[in-house]
Amino acid sequence: MPVKINYTPNTESDIKLMLKEIGVNSIEDLLVDIPEGLLCKQINIPTGMSEMELKHSLKSLSDKNANLNKYTSYLGAGAYEHFVPSVVDHLSSRGEFYTCYTPYQPEVSQGTLQGIYEFQSMMCELLAMDIVNASMYDGSSALAEAAVLAIRHKQKKNVLVSKTVHPEYREVLSTYLQELDVKLIEIEMENGITSVSDLESRIDNNTACVLIQTPNFFGCLEETEELVELTHKNEALFVACVNPMSLGIIKPPGEYDADIAVGDIQALGNYINYGGPHAGFFAVNKEFMRKMPGRLAGATTDTKGRRAFTLTLQTREQHIRRAKATSNICTNQQLLALRTCIYLSTLGKAGMIDIGNLNIHKSHYAMDRLCELDGIEPLLNKPFFNEFAIKISDNCKIEELSRHLFESGIIGGLDLSHFYPDINNAMLLCVTETRSKEDIDELVLAVSNII
Amino acid sequence: MLEKLIFEKSSPGRTAYSLPECDVPVEANDTTPLPERFLRKNTAELPEVAEIDVVRHFTRLSQLNFSVDTNFYPLGSCTMKYNPKVNEDVSGYEGFVNLHPYQNNEQCQGILQILYELEKTLIEICGMDAFSLQPAAGAHGEFIGMLISHAYHVKNGRRRSKIIIPDSAHGTNPASASMCGFDIVELKSNSQGLIDLEMLKKSMDNDVAALMLTNPNTLGLFEKDILKIAKIVHDAGALLYLDGANMDAMLGIARPGDMGIDMLHLNLHKTFSTPHGGGGPGSGPLGVVNELVPFLPAPRIIKKNNSYEWKYIFPYSIGRVKPFYGNTGVLIRAYAYLLSVGYEGLRKISEGALINANYLSKKLSDHIEIPYGTRCMHEFVASTRKLKANGITTLDIAKRLLDYGFHSPTIYFPLIVTDALMIEPTDTETRETLDEFVEALIKILEEAKTNPEILKNAPHNTPVSRLDEVQAARKPDLRWQKDFS
Repeated sequence: MPVKINYTPNTESDIKLMLKEIGVNSIEDLLVDIPEGLLCKQINIPTGMSEMELKHSLKSLSDKNANLNKYTSYLGAGAYEHFVPSVVDHLSSRGEFYTCYTPYQPEVSQGTLQGIYEFQSMMCELLAMDIVNASMYDGSSALAEAAVLAIRHKQKKNVLVSKTVHPEYREVLSTYLQELDVKLIEIEMENGITSVSDLESRIDNNTACVLIQTPNFFGCLEETEELVELTHKNEALFVACVNPMSLGIIKPPGEYDADIAVGDIQALGNYINYGGPHAGFFAVNKEFMRKMPGRLAGATTDTKGRRAFTLTLQTREQHIRRAKATSNICTNQQLLALRTCIYLSTLGKAGMIDIGNLNIHKSHYAMDRLCELDGIEPLLNKPFFNEFAIKISDNCKIEELSRHLFESGIIGGLDLSHFYPDINNAMLLCVTETRSKEDIDELVLAVSNII
Repeated sequence: MLEKLIFEKSSPGRTAYSLPECDVPVEANDTTPLPERFLRKNTAELPEVAEIDVVRHFTRLSQLNFSVDTNFYPLGSCTMKYNPKVNEDVSGYEGFVNLHPYQNNEQCQGILQILYELEKTLIEICGMDAFSLQPAAGAHGEFIGMLISHAYHVKNGRRRSKIIIPDSAHGTNPASASMCGFDIVELKSNSQGLIDLEMLKKSMDNDVAALMLTNPNTLGLFEKDILKIAKIVHDAGALLYLDGANMDAMLGIARPGDMGIDMLHLNLHKTFSTPHGGGGPGSGPLGVVNELVPFLPAPRIIKKNNSYEWKYIFPYSIGRVKPFYGNTGVLIRAYAYLLSVGYEGLRKISEGALINANYLSKKLSDHIEIPYGTRCMHEFVASTRKLKANGITTLDIAKRLLDYGFHSPTIYFPLIVTDALMIEPTDTETRETLDEFVEALIKILEEAKTNPEILKNAPHNTPVSRLDEVQAARKPDLRWQKDFS
């Protein structure tokens, strides 16, 4: 007789006793409000499993995937392979952290709340911004909510977004704005970065905000100073979508006067997870504190005068303000923010600089070596952090190249024509601290054997 | 014992990280090949601590929390049930966590099969025709449902501007509808706490796009007129949206699709046992009937000749709502849960939720007012208004419960009950735990008469006492800063 997984603990004798206390004879007596025709007769799903069977079953499904521990990957484009220190997994998998919910009762949630406060503080430091919230679903929803904030704040209807912003982020942005009676306008790119002249021709006094990503989808660093100047001259808000992993080295949004900074923290201590869960962050300058979406933890004191933390400025939020809330967001991605908090504590002040340098040096080495090969050249000649695009000569089709690389245990970069049909036979590669010189040399050798 | 901020443990030069040496050639003195204008000017003041500091700090922080693993957590409408450990293990397999969303479909057949089968399972359990697994949380699902309402009516020839929402609804409902540009019409509940059919009829007109219904509602009551409600809504050409946050007593009992629901979101972090994570990651899959399938977010999984692939082009789709495909890690946990409980276990979950909630409400009803009656589905709502005479508030009761080692129920919600205590014991608690909770509440109610001060100053046994929330909001201190510490 197999014994299957069962998480409902009460035994038949408990149930009998409980039904008696309730004053009914059977469970059916508790269902009298449900019209009889609606009661289920049968649900057609498979029979249950024991824990051992479950593990075997999921293991074999996991094995059907070509995982990045077995293959050396050069994919990035919004989901990044970085090293996750052991402490992050160990500490974040404490049940006290991951089996609680929103800290509505601060007296028994100081762990979560202090974690949020420290996360906010670390992200403020990294971004050089005044205020960061507890987290958003992901970088794209943070970007979309930034546009919503700007539209409301400026009472203007045009949202300008650069074509160098991640194409899937732009799709999400467009979904979020579709019913708001606003105009979403794309700014052309020039040599892999936002065209300043195109921005100049499209920005005017109807512009609520300008949305830029840096490093952008192609890995290129944007000329943010010029873009910010132009944006502010037109009294619009500047929204920077950034990769926080770059900010030990790369200029943070606060240093070029961005009004809002958003992005994704997956890179900081979270796994790729086939694209989710990842988590977004939302940062603003003080001026917008009461207009921002999402949860905020603040420090205050308890009745005995001790420092303690609580959710605050909740009148912005849906559970208080309902239809007039700044956003509908409730459950966000707290556990990932906690992981990032642990990650940033571990890497610390020096570590974020060191890891930034490693990413820069390794990716530049890879780019240089690849472009020494006949038939490969840089697609764009712009400064970059850890991603770059290469153009492959037309006699080797990119699908061919990727297929052969996979046979050598390598997962190549992203085929850019997937998102930019005008860009033919070009590949976007990401090289992080996880790639050794040996890995990169193998990639170069494999590519040279194929093209 | 409180814990310092990690910044306050910082000591210059101390480190907790290790990284391999830079093994690629770097030109001497050329620390970075990037032009100056792209470089950071001021160093980020991140902590400088040792690994042991990090470990002790976050371990101690965790110990300041109540959680399902440590305490009974009857937070109404949040379904704080046990989160199976095995699901943490299986979702952590390397083929799931170390998989890139832009690997081609052939390299991802295992995960695609999981997502495909999870969708099919949710379809069967809910009686819907398709699900999108993209939404990251319940409110995200609602938002997409509201966008679909717009798309549906526009395709049928005319925009509609209003959404009807009962006054007992979760706050996310009006917030989500409002984010999509809808006007909200609030529907007052009747004296039994249910939808008032006459009021509903009066509210319906050809500008109403949808009714957002929670069933079982936030009082834990099943809308017994559900078929009539569906008819009124459909006769007016509107859609019936179900907030599926409260599904724990419905699995294998009755299916939303059979009730005339056109769209619903599920909270996998509630009914389907995935952990709440301190406030996410959750997952809020959106289910729809055939007529609404064309509007679902893209991409969607299809099965072709025994292999799975993503399909991107759907001309009527409202678009993408998330980069990549959703909170996959959460979806795997829900899949593992459903695979393990199977058809035999599915109904047992809901029977467990029903019995626990009814047992608890019956036992408490001798001691505390339960305004809408003790018979309920997954949860019930008590009221502490009669204690006002002694100067005792709902908050006092909630805080005193913490002293007894129980997380507080949801308080002051739903808004239609004065001084509400919304209690959801879930399916995974033992009878003994429920009895202990009842005993604690009886003692507290006794204390309310004999020693009200002990309630008013509660909690006493928690790491901190009551907080000055006014100060927190008036003088927001939202971050540590070097110069201030």
